[in-house]
Amino acid sequence: MNLYLHRFALFTAFSTLCLIIAGALVTSNEAGLSVPDWPLSYGQWMPPMIGGVFYEHGHRMIASFVGLLTIVLALWLWKAETRGWIKKLGLAAIVAVIAQGVLGGLTVIYLLPVAISVSHACLAQLFFCMIVSLAWFTSPSWHKQHKELGPRLPDRGTPSLRALCLTANVAVFLQLMMGAALRHKGLDIIHHLFGAVAVAVLLVWILSRVVTEYAGRPEILRWTLLLNGLVMLQLVLGAGTYWIREITETAAQPLLLMVLLTVAHVATGALILAVSVILSIQVHARLDHSTADMGNQGVPAAT
Amino acid sequence: MEIMSFLKIFTCPTAAFMLFTVGCGGGGEEATSEESATEAVEYVKVDPATAGSVSGKIVFDGEAPSNPRINMSAEPDCAGLHGGAVHAETSVVGDGGALTNVLVWVKSGIEGKFEVPSTSVSLSQKGCIYTPHVLALQSGQVLSVTNEDPTTHNVHPLPRVNREWNKSQTANASAIERKFSRQEIMLPVKCNIHPWMRSYINVIDHPFFAVTAADGSFEIKGLPPGTYTIEAQHEKFDAQEMSVTVGASESKQADFTFSAG
Repeated sequence: MNLYLHRFALFTAFSTLCLIIAGALVTSNEAGLSVPDWPLSYGQWMPPMIGGVFYEHGHRMIASFVGLLTIVLALWLWKAETRGWIKKLGLAAIVAVIAQGVLGGLTVIYLLPVAISVSHACLAQLFFCMIVSLAWFTSPSWHKQHKELGPRLPDRGTPSLRALCLTANVAVFLQLMMGAALRHKGLDIIHHLFGAVAVAVLLVWILSRVVTEYAGRPEILRWTLLLNGLVMLQLVLGAGTYWIREITETAAQPLLLMVLLTVAHVATGALILAVSVILSIQVHARLDHSTADMGNQGVPAAT
Repeated sequence: MEIMSFLKIFTCPTAAFMLFTVGCGGGGEEATSEESATEAVEYVKVDPATAGSVSGKIVFDGEAPSNPRINMSAEPDCAGLHGGAVHAETSVVGDGGALTNVLVWVKSGIEGKFEVPSTSVSLSQKGCIYTPHVLALQSGQVLSVTNEDPTTHNVHPLPRVNREWNKSQTANASAIERKFSRQEIMLPVKCNIHPWMRSYINVIDHPFFAVTAADGSFEIKGLPPGTYTIEAQHEKFDAQEMSVTVGASESKQADFTFSAG
């Protein structure tokens, strides 16, 4: 295990979250088309950072930095990793970040068409999950659980916890997609509200299953608790965002509190998807249907 | 290995999603100017001897709504152009309730095609504000957008039926000249660099329209005799209509009263 590689992956994940926040700032400040050309900005590398240009060009600068970090990370993984699937995930991240840059350019050139803008927002979330996964797979915790936690646990119940977690991944992603469509005026809020209820119910179901069956397994329990805590926060942020947008509808320009709440809502959404993916990874790594069939309960407790 | 199957489940939708979105990108519209093709058409000629007019005044009934204050602090080049507070021009109510920036136009009753004026209609950016706030022009008529500010703007109309475009304009740049080919009422125009900047363009297929002045008055001249539906449209309040019959050389009065309800 290479601790420096893990820290670099963590830094890349943090930078990607900053990039998502920068993207949300662009949309919230209605600055998406303040720079009308791409890939250059006003035909230059560094335009005057005035008004909306600060957000749009700032987003492009952070995106370039994250692209560079992703390439370095993938190359480092290729050189240092022995697990072939991690190397491939690193390469997939490069493909995703390039596609994301192209989508960002297309959305400017084609004047923010809903399909491309929503795709840009959603691919950002998937890319973030890739980088967070790489950070987790290279972490000491991941290596430690493989060495010390012993055989897998039985995944009892119908549906299985693994299936529930995968469903949660899909549900959270669809919810983020609807949120992006709402922000880009492609959907009504009612879809996003129903999605929020569905995701909350699903995650509470997962929480009850984990608390009932795996309360003594911190490698699963802590991610479940974190996920549910983030969802609680997200519901509050979502309500706040809706409220502030309603009362500032007639404002002459985007107000700071509206921008802050919306950006926090977007960033928390990204964290929820990433944590749900890590929970799925954990559940798939630690639970097994074959041990459930055997009724194997004699697994060692986590340390 | 269980984790491998999870990764396959996770990465397959990612790849499919990327293919889908790249596919979407190819189908966009070209961002060209709205030049309508020159056609050999017979234009309606209104006889000046029988042409009538509709004039009137538009007032707001009740306490004048307050307009939100604009915060230009993020752009010193804009803030420095104003001595005091600047407010949006959403509802500009003058003496006696005179309501300005209301489009009054003949919504129905006009038939045939009318020659497009060779003169252009101006929209200027001065003090990081669009002037006028509401303007009207005929379909195919040239809109000339100028930048009189010491900073860059981008001019971005957000049409529903016309073609969208977005063009930047640096300080002292030459005027942007564009046309809109389809009738569209209250077409918003914004600047993405300065999000408080907003104006409304009205594109009408004939020349019978006016925008109320500071005293709330308007006049639509040169109307051929006939019965028309006159509509008064404000960016914030519900539109109002009135049926008016104009006889030969007749001047008719059409007053409208708007209210917050």
